[in-house]
Order: sequence, then structure tokens, then C-alpha cells
Amino acid sequence: MSKRVAIVGIGCSGFRTTSTDLSYREMIFEAATKCYEDAGGIHPQSIDSFVASSEDFMEGISIADEYVPDQLGAVLKPVQSIAGDSLQGLASALMQIKTGQQSIVATSAFSKVSNLSHYEKVAAYATDPAYIRPLKEHPYFIAGLEMNRYLHESFSTREQCARVVMKNRYNALSNPRAVYGAKVTLEDVTCAEPVSEPLGQFDISGHLDGAIVILLASEEKALEMTANPVWIKGVGWATDTPNLDSRREGLGGALYAKLAADKAYEMANIKSPVNEIDFAEIDDTFSYKELQHLEALQMCGFGEAGKLLEMGCFEPGGDLPVNVSGGSLGAGYLHEANGLQKVMETALQLRGEAGKNQLAGVETGLAFAWRGIPTATGTAVVLSNRL
Amino acid sequence: MRKVAIVGAGLTKFVRRALETPKELSFEATKTALDSCGLSLDDIDCVAHGSAPDAFDGIHQKGEYLADGCGGWNKPTMRVYVGGATGVHAVVHGWHHVASGMFDICLVVCEEKMSNAMPHAQGFFLTIFDAITERALHPNLLWIFALEMNRYMERYGYTKEDMALAAVNNKRNGLLHPSSQFKDEITVEDVLNSETMAYPVSRLDVSPVSDGAAAVVLAAEPVARRLTDKPVWIEGVGWTLDTAYWATRDLYYPRYLDKAARMAYEMAGIREPDKQINIAEPYDPFDYKALHHMEGLQLSPRGKTVELLRDGHFARDGNLPMCPSGGLLGVGNPIAAAGVMKICELFWQLRGEAGERQVPGDPRLGVAQAWGDLMQVSSVVVTGI
Amino acid sequence: MSEKIQVSGGTALSEEDIRSGNIFVTEDSLDCAYAWDMGVAIKRYLAELKEGRIIATECRKCKRIMLPPRLFCELCFIPCNSWRYVKDTGTINTFSICHVHWDASRIKEGEDPHLPAVIEIDGASDGMGIMHILGEVEPEKIKIGMKVKAVWKPKAKRTGSITDIKYFKPL
Repeated sequence: MSKRVAIVGIGCSGFRTTSTDLSYREMIFEAATKCYEDAGGIHPQSIDSFVASSEDFMEGISIADEYVPDQLGAVLKPVQSIAGDSLQGLASALMQIKTGQQSIVATSAFSKVSNLSHYEKVAAYATDPAYIRPLKEHPYFIAGLEMNRYLHESFSTREQCARVVMKNRYNALSNPRAVYGAKVTLEDVTCAEPVSEPLGQFDISGHLDGAIVILLASEEKALEMTANPVWIKGVGWATDTPNLDSRREGLGGALYAKLAADKAYEMANIKSPVNEIDFAEIDDTFSYKELQHLEALQMCGFGEAGKLLEMGCFEPGGDLPVNVSGGSLGAGYLHEANGLQKVMETALQLRGEAGKNQLAGVETGLAFAWRGIPTATGTAVVLSNRL
Repeated sequence: MRKVAIVGAGLTKFVRRALETPKELSFEATKTALDSCGLSLDDIDCVAHGSAPDAFDGIHQKGEYLADGCGGWNKPTMRVYVGGATGVHAVVHGWHHVASGMFDICLVVCEEKMSNAMPHAQGFFLTIFDAITERALHPNLLWIFALEMNRYMERYGYTKEDMALAAVNNKRNGLLHPSSQFKDEITVEDVLNSETMAYPVSRLDVSPVSDGAAAVVLAAEPVARRLTDKPVWIEGVGWTLDTAYWATRDLYYPRYLDKAARMAYEMAGIREPDKQINIAEPYDPFDYKALHHMEGLQLSPRGKTVELLRDGHFARDGNLPMCPSGGLLGVGNPIAAAGVMKICELFWQLRGEAGERQVPGDPRLGVAQAWGDLMQVSSVVVTGI
Repeated sequence: MSEKIQVSGGTALSEEDIRSGNIFVTEDSLDCAYAWDMGVAIKRYLAELKEGRIIATECRKCKRIMLPPRLFCELCFIPCNSWRYVKDTGTINTFSICHVHWDASRIKEGEDPHLPAVIEIDGASDGMGIMHILGEVEPEKIKIGMKVKAVWKPKAKRTGSITDIKYFKPL
């Protein structure tokens, strides 16, 4: 495991709630062009391998990996698709470099969710066809169940969840890539239309179109290509089960996040995550998820996240800034591209390129993505600007 | 580069319609593979699994659904897909897990249950075509194979009879495979007289629709040597995806496979594949594809493959046995599982455990390949003992 | 060693098993609707088809005239802004005579087979083809290398779709 790997290029298309002017190919071309330019203006011909992350039903295309190569400049190159969150795609790219067979690997993901008439229907198709789907419930009922159980077990409150929304959407106001920036009040969230109580409309992140391409390179190449590499210190991913009745620790916790983080911290040689990680961009698909994930990622003890949030600990000026970019609640939800959005925002902070949202003196950040309901799969990545 | 070996393998039977659910099929193959090398799930560090289009099962995020059937419960589990090439590619994906140094033991599992799709799995292939410029023509999957087969035959003056020889060879081999869904030998005449589906493709030129699963266990060198005295090493891996504008390239030659094979051979240090390799498992969803792929794999000179086939060069007892498993034509085609089935075949053949199917002469080096998407992707794995 | 178990599971069902109702199934019919954004290049392509013309883009670097048109050259990896009309004639690169519908059902007695082909369009770079169908031709007379010409729908019936070309017929 001697080979170290760094992020050497970052590019994204403009994120928008709809993108009727561009095809997904044209959108990805924009992100890829920016990424390759960011990496010193390389031509994709000099990239060894490519990894995309996608799911067929989101695109309305079977075997959607067919359409990956052209807009990445990857024709006749090693290309594979991961049916997973783009952080799993990033992990696959990292492994490829660590084998020694590849030196430079691009990883990409996009969302064109605006082209899909009913995301909820597709999400429902991910539940068990024999004993969940026939219930014909809106799939967000699972989030309602999880949230209720989490609040019950952790003694976190409904209001604390609402404060996650307030924080993240406020943070988004100063991030030019974020779309859902707003000053919302506690009442806005708690009095919003219920979806699956206690989950309300404002607890759910809004959908977004966009493409992200991130370029990874081996240590040797990274030092040649860029003056500000961001090192991938650790990565871990884990799957519990999408079966609601078989999760090892029930619906209140996020065991997948704990297992993923354990592996990432071990690889990054992090003994005390609270002390060694400066900031985090972690999944907040639903408001309660940020609190639940913070605890599972060992950023605080179980049941502490809500109180720490109220104390301002996770604000940009707090001890552990969380989702300074606005997170999914503030920046928007990019489906399988979520993970790369979190890595992008983390890496920009570590490069000192986060603009108005820039945190001072940060060295190590954590990115964590969850695949959304009904899954129990998450991926954690530890990034640092120090080798 | 860290050495990685295959140490265990398991298959289900391939059948037209299975009683088991996708998860249960995955479980059967996974358990058999674990038992074959005396491991339990606790010994497994991670799961690399694969399945081609979700539409067959009508399950979104099918990898998540399959995870516990594949032994992925509470483990790092990651699903890869490259269309029809997924099976062999899942082994490449598993190799990434172990060769990277991040994991010591990886389970590779592929499953496909095509019978879930009603009325016929083929209907779901409409959605592989370009949504705007091609789907309006109501294409079906057979079109593209027929177009490629016709171009290939035209280029070298091959006849339908020539192509049928490959079907006969593979189906005969498959009769000896315990997973095979076929019982009867066929002749060239049977192929020629079978229903014309999309000229030049007749029904017996095509592999069947199947349900099935397959699994192998990969281990890093020291672990592999501890687990077995006959590890089968992954010597080389390669994969390539060509342009999605498939109608803009000449279909007579699989240039994507040419590149993927060269990548794998370079890693394996193979300079003369046609002389050094003892067993070939080219991807054969259609009979012509076996021959087309032998050329792309650099195992047969372009345009000379039929001649070599006629001379017995590719028979089980020939110089370079082609699809001794029976391939997709002879065993069945549960898409991703069929690719892993080819890797299983190399594993058993190189260990001398292929029973009646055993290739004579103590084979040392084998290659397996799979192909898919819009005739544009190939994955190649070279194994050796 | 060869007596080791290599195969387990995969229990075959027969038609009778299913007919007799001994097998439980749960049925669902997927209902997903999509409206794909065409983007810049394909939007122009379809708009021109509606006018009875085929348009391509040219890469300023490699000079390929590409069909279908695209906003970028995937090989040079630069944007393409040069539009070029190409002819509505071409050469059959390969073809098939298909007796099966898209859902694998067979065409009926008396119904004509589908005639898909890859047609290299005149005026585009060598080998630049599109998939389309052939018409006004006896299936057994189709040959690779045959020259063909587009047969357009009447202007009023064109919708801005690849099917605005009804089919290609021998020239």
C-alpha cells in the first residue's frame, strides 16, 4: 500500500435544477474540459483509465455505461462503470492506481434527474419487489421510519434536525455552486408540509442536474502535474442491507457509515477523528441524516450531534465545520454524483479555493456519501493537503 | 505488482427459468465457491459483484438488492458493470480490490435472472439504444448482432455454414458441463435450418436466455498459497470501451478487444499469445462472436479463423481449445454470470479438475474474455498456474 | 479433486410448474417516464431533418465531418462549431433482414421483415454511418456496398425525428 494517490484535477458543469439546453453528453464534456484544464491542460489521451458511476433507471437507459466514453475523451480507453455512488467510483479509481497498472485515472458522475418524471417511482423500484413494493408507499416512508427511530434512540430533537436545514441552506448562500441557498427559520422547517412524519418537505434536499469530473494520479505523476495536490489518505465503503428488517443495528443508526469510516480512518492512520479532522462534507440527504452520520462517523458520541449543533460546533466558525458548502440541503442533491460533489467541495477547501466559504488553516477533511433510500451503503474519504 | 490468485469457484446450473430469486441464486454460487476453498464469510474482506442491466429484474440499484445474497452484508461491496462484458470484468474489478493492497480476500459474484422480464428479456434491450437518434426506429438487440455478423462474413467471404461450425463446437463441449441447460448435440444443418431471426442470424446461432449465478474467490499471494496448493494466478487484465457512436466504426474487426487483449498480454508478459496460450474462452453469445473474438484476442490471424476451426485447431484436443466449457452457446447465457463461468472454467482446467471436459496436455495458461454494450467493450483476463 | 462440488442451485422450472400455479410470483409493471434533453447538437440535427436535410459537424483539428453531429470532437477533445450539410445518399455498410419485433415476438404471415442497415452517408467522413432502415427493395437483392437514397416523409408529416426519413431505398 505504498502508492499514494492525489486529486490533481477538478471540474464541474454549472449546477441547475433543470438543464434543458444541454444534453448529458454536452454537460459532461464541459465538466471534463474544466477538469483536464485544471490538471494543467492535459489531453484525455494521456489518461490511463476512466471510471463512471451511474444507475440505469436514473438515466432511462439500459446499460448506460455504453454512453460514457465520448464526452470524457475516453474512446478506446479502459473505461468501467460502477453502479454506485460516485465515491465508490472514486475508490475504484484509487484502487486502480494502487495496483500499479494505471497512473492517471479520471472519475465522473452526473445527474439529469430533471429528465425523469417521477424520481419517487424509481426510488420505489429499489425496494424489495416481493414484500416492500406491493405496499405502494411513497418510498420516503423509509426516511420517516429511520428519522423517528433515530430521534427515539439518540434523544436528538425535531428542532435540532430543523437547525441542520437552517445551517446548510444559509451556508449555501455564499457558495456560487449551490442552488438552494436561503435564510429559513425554525418554523419554516417544522411547520412545512409533512411528507412522512416526522419528516417534512423542508427536511428533504432538492434535486439538481450537473456533472463532475475528478482526476486522480499516483504520487509521482501528481507532483509533476500540479503544485497543489490533495492527497487521498483513506477511503472506506460498506453496505448493510436495503432490507428494512435485516439491518444489523436496526433503523436508528447508520452502521454502514461507521464501517466505512473505520476502514478509511485505519488507512489514513487516524486514531482520533474528532481531533485529527478539521472539517467535513457529509451526507445530508435528509436533515436527520447529518446528525446520524456525524455520530456514526465518530465525529462525536451517539446522541451528541444535536446538542453540539445547537452550540454552534458545526457552523463555519465552529470547532468542526460541517457542510460549509451547503451540503445537499443547500447545494442540491446530485444523486450518484453526490459523492464527487462532497469530494470536490472538500478538495477546494484544502486547496484554499473555496472563495467566500474558505475555512482558515484546514489540513484534513472528511467527505462522506450515502446512496439514499432504501440503501444502507456509504463511502468515506479522508483528504489532506499534506503528504 | 501484488500477485493475486483465484482460489475457489462455484456455479449454479444455468436454466431457462429458475425457482430461486436473484439473491438465492447469488447465495448458491457464493456458498459453493466459499466451500470449494474451505472459507466462510467471516474470512472475506470485500465483495466485488456484477450484474448487467437492472431492467431484467425491474429492480433499481440492483447491486444493493443483491448485496446480502452475495455475502456483502456489512462488508465493502461494490458493483461494476460494463454491459455484457460485466462477468469477466467483475474479476478485473475484484483484482483491483486485492492487487491494490487494500484487501486480501475478495469474493467476486455475478448473477442474472433474465426470466423475470416479461414477456421476454429481449424487449428490455430497446432501451440500450440512443434514446433520441435510434430508439424511434424500434431497433432490437438482434439487429446489431446481425449487422456485425453480416459485415464480418462479407469482409472475409465467410458463409453461414462457417459460422455454424462454431456453434456446433461450443454446444458439443457444453454437453459435458454440469451447469449446461442443453442435452442434445446439434449439427451444422440444424443451425442452418433453424428459424431465421434476423438474417444472417438464425435461432441456433444465438445463445439462450438464462438464469444463473457464478462466483470466484480471489486472494493475495501469501493467503492464496496458504489456502491451496494450486492457486490459479491472474497474470494479466485488460479492458477497453470504444465510442458509443457504434455505426461510425467498421464492425468487421473488434478493435476494442485488440486493445484490451494487448493490455492484458503486456501485463502478463505474453509476446506470442497464439503460441503461449493453451485455452481460450472467448465470449460467444453468437457463434460468429467466438471467431470474431479469437481474432481480436490475437489467437487467430484475421480471416483465417474458419480454416483453423475446420482443421480441428480449436477443438478440445486441438492446439488451442476454444470454449472447452461450452461457452454461452453450450452452457447458457445469464449475462454477467456467463462471464464468470468462463473464469471458473479456466480455474478448473488449469487445476486439472475439469473432469470429462479436461483439456489434455497439462494446460498452463488460459484467457477468458467478455464483450458487450453497443458492440464496443471487452474485458480480458489471463490466468496461469 | 475433480469430485469436488462445483455446481449447486439453479432449479429449473417448467411451463407446467408455472401454469399449475405452484409457483408464486409477484407482478409489477414498470412505469418510468423520461424526457431527455437533446442538447445543442442533436436539437439542430433533428430540426434540419424536419427541413429534409442531414447536417453534420466538422472538427477544425482532425477535419472529420461527423454524424450524428456533436458539440465536441471526442478524439481531439475540443468544441465543434462548424456545421456542414451532407447528402441524403449513402452506401450500405451492412444490413440485416429481421423477422423479429423489438419484444422478440415474430412478425406475422404476410408482414414484411424489418430491414435495418448501417448507411455511410455521402459527404461525411469515411465510415461515418447512421443506423436506419431500408425500403422499396426486395430483401434478397440488398447487398453490402449498394448505393441508397433517403425517402423523406412529406414535409407536413415531419416532426423533427430520425423517422422523418421513412427509409433509404436503392439509388
